Amino acid sequence: MIRIVDLSIRLLDFRLKNIHLEIQENEFFMLMGPTGAGKTVLLEAVAGLIPAERGKVLIHGEDVTRLPSEKRRVGLVYQDHALFPHLKVLENITYGLRFHGIPKEEGEKRLRRLIELLDIGHLMGRLPVNLSGGEKQRVALARALIVRPRVLLLDEPLSALDPGFREEIRNALKNLHENTDTTFLMVTHDFGEALALADRGAVIDNGAIGQVGDIHEIFQRPCSCSVADFVGMKNLFEARFQDGAAEVCGIRMRINEAPEKHHRYVAIRPEDITVARSFLPSTHENAFTGVVTSITSQGFTYEVHVKAGTVTFKALVTKKSLVDLGLREGLDVLVSFDRVSVHSL
Amino acid sequence: MRKKDPFFWFTLACGTFIVGYILLPLIELITSSSVSDLWNSIKDKDVAASIRLSVYTAGSAAVISFLFGTPLAFFLARYDFKGKRFLEAVIDLPIVIPHPVVGIAILGIAGKNHWIGQIISELGIRVLGSVTGIIAVLTFVGIPFYIHSAKNGFEAVSPRLEKVSRSLGASMSSTFLRITFPLAWRSMLIGIIMCSARAISEFGAVVVVAYHPMTAPVLIYERFEGYGLKYSQPVAVWLVLVCLTLFFALRILTLRKAKET
Repeated sequence: MIRIVDLSIRLLDFRLKNIHLEIQENEFFMLMGPTGAGKTVLLEAVAGLIPAERGKVLIHGEDVTRLPSEKRRVGLVYQDHALFPHLKVLENITYGLRFHGIPKEEGEKRLRRLIELLDIGHLMGRLPVNLSGGEKQRVALARALIVRPRVLLLDEPLSALDPGFREEIRNALKNLHENTDTTFLMVTHDFGEALALADRGAVIDNGAIGQVGDIHEIFQRPCSCSVADFVGMKNLFEARFQDGAAEVCGIRMRINEAPEKHHRYVAIRPEDITVARSFLPSTHENAFTGVVTSITSQGFTYEVHVKAGTVTFKALVTKKSLVDLGLREGLDVLVSFDRVSVHSL
Repeated sequence: MRKKDPFFWFTLACGTFIVGYILLPLIELITSSSVSDLWNSIKDKDVAASIRLSVYTAGSAAVISFLFGTPLAFFLARYDFKGKRFLEAVIDLPIVIPHPVVGIAILGIAGKNHWIGQIISELGIRVLGSVTGIIAVLTFVGIPFYIHSAKNGFEAVSPRLEKVSRSLGASMSSTFLRITFPLAWRSMLIGIIMCSARAISEFGAVVVVAYHPMTAPVLIYERFEGYGLKYSQPVAVWLVLVCLTLFFALRILTLRKAKET
């Protein structure tokens, strides 16, 4: 287990403020946040590469705050792989063994297992410069894991990869996590990665933790506007709550749970909003007629803005639905969503 | 063929002038002395001794720069701190200080009227007119060249490689020896050569601190003053050959480095 207690770090032009985090043993924990939020700083602080101004870092109950990086037994994988360019793949992977007093047979056993798990046997004699992005990252993972770190720290390990390799390494990460007794702490700003890999996570913004919890919970129930904004809750409205409903600019939305006293907003994920032709009856509890004001392509999906009264709903629509419904700007449509999709905050 | 621009001819003329201006005097110098003149001059004990002394003192200055400059160069490459620019400017100062002034300045603190000079003389170290004095001024003028080159070499090594190495259990010193040094040694060697080349050609600072024992540049000056151009030329050729050897080593290293990166 990793416990970060009241950790503060001051760098030249950046501060991490009073970070509290608890990461369970063997958990896959995701640190998310916008660029410049302090994710990498927190990761390097756990690795012992940046000194803490205040607070503690505990790994498996041991206070490592004052320990240098080489004594912490943490693994580190960066997005640019950081393979030693002058060493062959085999030398890269086995680099750490000599510092841990691992006997030769044991080292070879671990090497064989990692080669098998990561399918890198054919690369051993090559120099890093002759590897593809995906191969480099698999080698970097093997190099970090061969010394059996208590925690594996991953700094956006998929960001620098081509899409094909990204899936390959994502699967490799999942596979490794299931097959090794190591806690994974990963930094990302990709929601797909976060949802596909992590058990729990935290959103960090501007040097402070915005929310910690189950990874799906974070995406479905953000606890603040900035977290909601970050996790892509594009429909965020100021609301007044009464009688099991939220009123947003004259529109009444049914909600599932009674809001807390301090709640002032409702949020709905754009994926949870259905757009239909206005003459069709809706099966959802919340349904409003409106006019399509804009359609923007996002690659495989389209973001459709529908103005109902003075409220603009943002919905995600697949290309197929877009064509089937004949959506175009100015068309009258029906937007609808379940009451469970309306989240108050 | 397309008609060349007047600008092309202008560039060509300027370029030819500069290349000729550099090469002609050197070619004239090297061809001025016959092989027997060269042979006789190297058999001359004074000449051989002065070349040896020049190589020895310049080499010593480079070794001292390497020993003291490497940690500083690494520090400058890795850390940002208040006053870094100032520190870098201080390191560059020897490049702009006039050479005789360097000699005068070194003597100023090494003389009997200064407490440092008193300590040095009590330790039995003589600076004025000694090999120690020559090495002292050569280190002064040469060290910025070493630090610059070594710093560039360290900057080219990603700090992430060192971070990963440490996370794998290597201490700072193991990391330096196994990762940083193998990746930066070429720049360090280039720095050593540049420092030696700068030091071996030094005249102004050396002549103030030590006319005797004579380094090659001082001997060339003495032969020229005392006997004329003809007698200084063979010595000059030997010095040029030493410098060209350093120069070719430098070119080979820099070309290899460019190829690798």
